[in-house]
Amino acid sequence: MLALTDYLTLGAILFSIAVVGIFLNRRNLIILLMAIELMLLAVNMNFIAFSHFHGNLDGQVFVFFILTVAAAEAAIGLAILVVLFRNRRTINVNELDLMKG
Amino acid sequence: MSFQIPAFAPALPEIIVMTMACAILVIDLYIAEERRGLTYLLTQLTLVIAALATLGGMPVEPQVTFSGSFIRDTMGDLLKAFIYLMAAGVFLYSRDYLRARKLFTGEFHVTGLFGVLGMMVMVSAHSLLTVYLGLELLSLALYAMVAYDRDSLQATEAAMKYFVLGALASGLLLYGMSMLYGVTGTLDLALLAERLADSDRGDPVLVFGIAFIVAGLAFKLGAVPFHMYLPDVYHGAPTAVTVYIGTAPKIAAFALTMRVLAEGLAPLHADWQQMLVVLAVLSLALGNVVAIAQTNLKRMFAYSTISHVGFILLGILSGTADGYAGAMFYAITYALMALGGFGMILLLTREGFEADNLDDFRGLNERSPWFAFMMLLLIFSMAGVPPTVGFYAKLAVLQAVVQVDMVWLAIVAVLFSVVGAFYYLRIIKLMYFDEVEDRNPLTAAPDLRLALSVNGLAVLLLGLFPGGLMALCIGALT
Repeated sequence: MLALTDYLTLGAILFSIAVVGIFLNRRNLIILLMAIELMLLAVNMNFIAFSHFHGNLDGQVFVFFILTVAAAEAAIGLAILVVLFRNRRTINVNELDLMKG
Repeated sequence: MSFQIPAFAPALPEIIVMTMACAILVIDLYIAEERRGLTYLLTQLTLVIAALATLGGMPVEPQVTFSGSFIRDTMGDLLKAFIYLMAAGVFLYSRDYLRARKLFTGEFHVTGLFGVLGMMVMVSAHSLLTVYLGLELLSLALYAMVAYDRDSLQATEAAMKYFVLGALASGLLLYGMSMLYGVTGTLDLALLAERLADSDRGDPVLVFGIAFIVAGLAFKLGAVPFHMYLPDVYHGAPTAVTVYIGTAPKIAAFALTMRVLAEGLAPLHADWQQMLVVLAVLSLALGNVVAIAQTNLKRMFAYSTISHVGFILLGILSGTADGYAGAMFYAITYALMALGGFGMILLLTREGFEADNLDDFRGLNERSPWFAFMMLLLIFSMAGVPPTVGFYAKLAVLQAVVQVDMVWLAIVAVLFSVVGAFYYLRIIKLMYFDEVEDRNPLTAAPDLRLALSVNGLAVLLLGLFPGGLMALCIGALT
């Protein structure tokens, strides 16, 4: 039987991978979007684990909302990505440097 | 377990805005291009009806509905009223700008209204779930609006940066929320405060939870060190969208911080106060110092926003009713000043010309003494020069900080405000003492001129008679 801390550790590992992915990845915006999704899934893992061990359903309801919002967020993110690619012909993170100051 | 139909009446303004936004989305499809003004009028009408519904049904006692996830109280209603006012101002100021750039479409107005709805939900949130949903509804609308001018290289780049960092902030906030839920087993903010009061302070899950929540909030507010997207977004977005981002969402962000920190995490005030002190000092320092180096006015206002956020945080971190009221007064009046400041940029723009550089304000006094005077009032107010309202707002916040024995913090804030006065006064020097380069007459519509004049004079009048609004803020919080 897995304990609560096992789930939390898994959640923390997933979350760290996502944050590191956002900050270290300097090449591809699509990987950045994947890292954002992973971060939300790490949060879902936490919510479900807590919900199970508290015997309280609120956490699982929250997860459904997060999944829905994440889908909407991905739609907007990809739309911005398409517009960006059409304008710049690149999705390299390092080349997003038009504005300085 | 029986199912009870929740009371819908407290959410009437939200229901109105949502229905109207959906209706306008459909109506706009059937309107010919040259009659697009109808969409604009319907949008303004929606805001007026929502304001009537909010102010007409103000409850004496707070009403909680939807199984404890929604609250209607005086603070919420007052903030919503100002959110409608700011949104109406934004739609009015940006109308001709959008027309001249062939961006005057229904989508701008509909996403704007959905953003307003998101802010209203944030303001009325009474559980972590509603906080999150309101915040995302606002953020998603804002990402789309920044990328709205889809052929602009700068705007799409700004939208991408805003999206990535905004999503990261939501992730941090959610991770913090999941930990709070883990410690207390509830999402309801009132229950959360109750259960946190007798929980173990040293619990590492709780400590991490607060840290993540504060980081997420700081991102959304734009406080240093989580500010890096803000100047690019303000600079890159079309000015019509910048004025939207810079005004009403600041009021909503204040409400968000109040609901989560001052209500939900009230028993842990000592823990989050320390973090807010660091954020506030860094924001005041970086915002005021880096703004000096800017030549683009929109970018300069972005750094000035960062320093103003520092002041709002000062009020919140004091943790007293006076501090909260001061911060609320500051957030409302700052939104009013920012609305006027960006409105001045929109006033000077015309077809094919963006007046967003400092040099575009050179010799404005010769072109239009009246609007140079309005800009003078707005800039004085941002700098905190009496008798404008900015002075009184800063005073109220600083008093609250001194009352909780953090005199050093007040001194730091005043010192950095003095530094900040330099770049504000530089604009006034440009307007009054420099040679005029651009002799084109102002072409703005009469209603824009009238609204901008009212906006500038309001900053002066609220500074001369701050008592009324201050009493409303204090009344809303007690």
